Amino acid sequence: MRLPPFQALLDEHRDDVYRFLVASLGRDEADDCFQETFISAMRAYPRLRDASNLRSWLFTIAHRKAIDAHRARGRRAVPVEEVPEQADAGGLPLDGEPGLWRAVRRLPTKQRAAVLHRYVNDLAYADIGRVMGCSEDAARRSVHEGLKKLRTVWAT
Amino acid sequence: MNELERALRSAALPPGDAGAAAAAGKLLARAEDEGLLEVAYGSVESPFGDLLAAVTPRGLLRLSYDPSRNDTVLQQIAEKVSPRMLEAPARLDPVRRQLDEYFEGRRNKFDLKLDWRLTRGFFQKILRETARVPFGKVATYKQMAEAAGSPRAVRAAGNALGSNPIPIVVPCHRIVRTGGKMGGYGGTLGPYIAGPEIKQQLLELEGALDEAGRPRL
Repeated sequence: MRLPPFQALLDEHRDDVYRFLVASLGRDEADDCFQETFISAMRAYPRLRDASNLRSWLFTIAHRKAIDAHRARGRRAVPVEEVPEQADAGGLPLDGEPGLWRAVRRLPTKQRAAVLHRYVNDLAYADIGRVMGCSEDAARRSVHEGLKKLRTVWAT
Repeated sequence: MNELERALRSAALPPGDAGAAAAAGKLLARAEDEGLLEVAYGSVESPFGDLLAAVTPRGLLRLSYDPSRNDTVLQQIAEKVSPRMLEAPARLDPVRRQLDEYFEGRRNKFDLKLDWRLTRGFFQKILRETARVPFGKVATYKQMAEAAGSPRAVRAAGNALGSNPIPIVVPCHRIVRTGGKMGGYGGTLGPYIAGPEIKQQLLELEGALDEAGRPRL
């Protein structure tokens, strides 16, 4: 088994993983989740059996950590009457499409993850299935349902 | 591709975004805290150019001269010791300091723990014997073979020295040929570094050469 030095993995994939986490969680939480992802990866790394697709292996871990973070946020959430615009500012990864990205973050878990894996991480449907632990078809469906929902809030 | 998909794809972080680099920087401290950093590596300076150095919790594991071979050397460490490796220059400070002192002529004994895991069997035996040859002295390949309990394995002793994973600190440069010829150096060096020249300079620094530039046996 030829596993490359962990530093090489970090150098090669850190930007992609970070971008995924920012898009998924917003910048404030992305940082912690990034640490969690790579610490988990480093812990499991020597026991890894298949080194052929390290990128999707890392995304699998990042995916789970992002879901954990979303759940933790759900538990923390305190209802307020009106969410101030400012509150989301730290979570905007992008120039340009804040409305769209807020909408993505409000999609149901599966659809949000599938849309991000498809369009931010540029993963093939088969890889999305692997990362999310579902079939290729199910991954395709989640992406399409996510897009359908997004269209209702993002009129072209 | 429709416009929505295009908008989604343009989800790049602004160019030059330092978020990922900053997050990755914090990872090192965390990995150390959790005991996950099994090999720390980085470069240290020497009169012969930058050396790649790797340390583990057990001690100094590797010093390597030829920067063009760094990837190969790191991959070997990943396979033979552990792939849990991060670049961590600060972890090399003791090695860096002692090498500086040595090259400035202010140190004649390294006070570093060594991790021998990159070498085994007879080769390790020879290298451990070599580590006992003091500053300013030289010994022969034959003497090393004898000390390791295999007096006839002179050639194998030479091979062991050529494979030394921790040159300078394990002073394979102090081992010369019977009769006082310098012998080879840099079995692990690439084509751009003159091994024998380095050997000569190290022995000179240690005052182990006579006026004619030959090792004082």
